[in-house]
Amino acid sequence: MKLDVSTKEIVQIRKETVLVMGIIRASKLAFEYIRRDEEGNVEGITRAVDDVDLDVQQGEFIAILGHNGSGKSTLAKHLNAILYPTEGTVLIDGKDTTEEKYLWDIRQTAGMVFQNPDNQIIGQIVEEDVGFGPENLGVPTKEIWERVEESLKAVGMYEYRKYSPNKLSGGQKQRVSIASVIAMHPKCIILDEPTAMLDPSGRKEVIRAVRALNNVEKMTVILITHYMEEVIHADKVLVMDQGKVVMQGTPREIFSNVERLRELRLDVPQITLLAHELKKAGMPLSSGILTREELVRELEHILPKKAQ
Amino acid sequence: MIRDITLGQYYQTDSVVHRLDPRTKLIATFAYLVSLFLGTNLYVYALAFIFLAVAVRSSRVPVKFIVRGMKAIAILMLVTVVINMFVIKGEPILTIGKLTVTREGVRTAAYMALRLTFLIMGSSIMTLTTTPNQLTDALESILKPLKIFKFPVHEISMMMSIALRFIPILIEETDKIMKAQLARGADFESGNVIKKAKSLVPVLVPLFISAFRRANDLALAMEARCYRGGEGRSKMKPLHYAKRDAAVYLYVCAYLVLIYVAGHDIPKFW
Amino acid sequence: MKLIVDHLTYEYNKDTTLAVKALDDVSLVIGQGEMIGLIGHTGSGKSTLVQHLNALLTPDSGTVYFDGEDVFEKDYDRKKLRGKVGLVFQYPEHQLFEETVFQEVCYGPKNMGVSRKQSELSAYAALKQAGVPDECFYQSPFDLSGGQKRRVAIASVLAMKPEILVLDEPTAGLDPKGRYEILTQIRKLKEENNVTVILVSHSMEDVAEYVDRIVVIDHGKIRYDDKPRQVFAHYRELEVMGLAAPQVTYLMHELKEHGFDVDTNVTTIEEAKEVLLGKRM
Repeated sequence: MKLDVSTKEIVQIRKETVLVMGIIRASKLAFEYIRRDEEGNVEGITRAVDDVDLDVQQGEFIAILGHNGSGKSTLAKHLNAILYPTEGTVLIDGKDTTEEKYLWDIRQTAGMVFQNPDNQIIGQIVEEDVGFGPENLGVPTKEIWERVEESLKAVGMYEYRKYSPNKLSGGQKQRVSIASVIAMHPKCIILDEPTAMLDPSGRKEVIRAVRALNNVEKMTVILITHYMEEVIHADKVLVMDQGKVVMQGTPREIFSNVERLRELRLDVPQITLLAHELKKAGMPLSSGILTREELVRELEHILPKKAQ
Repeated sequence: MIRDITLGQYYQTDSVVHRLDPRTKLIATFAYLVSLFLGTNLYVYALAFIFLAVAVRSSRVPVKFIVRGMKAIAILMLVTVVINMFVIKGEPILTIGKLTVTREGVRTAAYMALRLTFLIMGSSIMTLTTTPNQLTDALESILKPLKIFKFPVHEISMMMSIALRFIPILIEETDKIMKAQLARGADFESGNVIKKAKSLVPVLVPLFISAFRRANDLALAMEARCYRGGEGRSKMKPLHYAKRDAAVYLYVCAYLVLIYVAGHDIPKFW
Repeated sequence: MKLIVDHLTYEYNKDTTLAVKALDDVSLVIGQGEMIGLIGHTGSGKSTLVQHLNALLTPDSGTVYFDGEDVFEKDYDRKKLRGKVGLVFQYPEHQLFEETVFQEVCYGPKNMGVSRKQSELSAYAALKQAGVPDECFYQSPFDLSGGQKRRVAIASVLAMKPEILVLDEPTAGLDPKGRYEILTQIRKLKEENNVTVILVSHSMEDVAEYVDRIVVIDHGKIRYDDKPRQVFAHYRELEVMGLAAPQVTYLMHELKEHGFDVDTNVTTIEEAKEVLLGKRM
């Protein structure tokens, strides 16, 4: 088949591709803070985020991994204009975070969920908390109620709308916090270690809700965590260490490099680790195995079946 | 024990009182508190009791639940009663050493205890049936005229609502820290007052640190959700007066008149 | 030294409509030098149980015997008991209050009525055992990193020289390296000082790796009390309780379902590796 696309058109298309900007773009982002001793004298400068480039497209699910103190949370706070870069720029939906006139636009576009479930719920009743954001935006009363309903339904917490947050489990509280953010109709949602203080079932609940937001509502998601199992479904994984992005790729690419991940103080899911160990011992397995199903499938060709 | 304080807790159920406009409840509670100081005779207290009983009954909050909240202030009440019994001069009825209990003292003490009980139960009914958010909305709305004098009405009501939200959390936290220090051999019970006060340092320091951390986190979360003061905010639950509110206002007015009359015109029997 | 939990029953919000039975006729014998994993879903009663072991909570019925003595007896010295049965709460760094790390760790032994000199010696030993580096000793505990704070808090209990150490989720919120270091330190403590350890945890992988006995609690009742392999063989029942077996256990069961003749009693990566390599064609 002959393609009748002229060179001129190709140039045009390429130009447009360049012009389609990611929802989040950070270039050469750096953040420094000055450490002081007890008397207030300068002890030194810490570069918490160092030369980070980030380009997130609408609808993507990006995971940022790193141990405590790797700079991942500092990076997250830049995406919501809570912190401002020392060097470089951050553009949210094309708006520079350092420009004061865009402050509230940016905070509405990029909603943020924090780590501690108790310290981010303002309302005394679930629905009032979800309504808090839209109230701040001046959304008309009737629409606030619509948004509250749809957001709570999106995270599966609608039947708890009349509950006091103190009566909910950690996972449920975090789902309410997510609903509270999406009620502001952001284009993207940043979750800063939302599962760090939860038990395993709470963690699962939250991750399930986040995945549903990404799959069903096409919400752009940036998930910051140190639990590797949670990033398996991400489109792209970034690994941070000492303020820098040190690894980047699909989950499979990242998980193929078990030794490197261990060096970076991250733990690898048991299945990936087992596959890696088996491979090292000479079994012909592919690298970066993520799930039990995959490993079972590969082992089927390797292990002898039970004698019939 | 420390969890038993009901003040500042919301009791989830559906009742007429729950559905009332929070302004009505706030003003009615205020009127009730004032009424308790309008006179000191049996009729006044009987009326106050009836008013309270009606409120409790129609709020559908179990009496047990309200009474449990009273336990926390039982000691305060006991102290007030005892002091009153001994301090007030009058016709002596009992003498223990240098201390004399007088008839007037007993009467004042009994009234004082009743008044305190009514006071706290009355306010509990309000806080148990009104969410802190509604309460602060009401306060903001009632105090709105003060804005002309640059009085930070919105800020104050927001602060109150946050304080109320965090009271149960901090109570639980206190409980936890106390237990943790007990596990490290702390002793909060023995010794004199100074020693007891000192033994609380290991509880208070972590508690303050935690409160500051929470405040910091919360401020961040509020800013991230575009909170920028009262300007330009809309309301999820705007306040609307309904017919039942008018009825309650009438009822409260009638009550106040009755109290006034009972406090002044009826001859005292004792 | 032996700790016997005898038919404990405990109810929260007693005599109200909100009453919850947190412990329901729980009996347990904890022997010298054991390393026990206590697992259960949030709200299963495991935290309530551990608070009875050092008499922070008083049971509605039943009792706890330490060294043959009833700890809820009227004139039993419960303060001393708390030194013998050291309990490290969840997020223990939230209870730090002293000006320096060293003073913080001295608080426990001082409360036990030990001389100043002796307290300092135990504090020093405890800080070493918990793996706190020397340069931190005279720093304010609040200036340390999260992982270091956690160690200081653990050291502050160790300084009382407990015979039984109970840790409620000691690794919650730590990153993998911090988790690994704390758990290894705890195991060392058990091996070198013969301290009995009770580890309350959500992480089945951690429990499988570090303990020799697992107690599963659900709705205030003990469901299983056995070796990890035996307990995880009930992985289906565990799921109903909101728990799970380690991932490798599931893998083995799946392989078996696919017609492979593998040992399903596997709970750690090491074991799985051994089994699978042994089966290779």
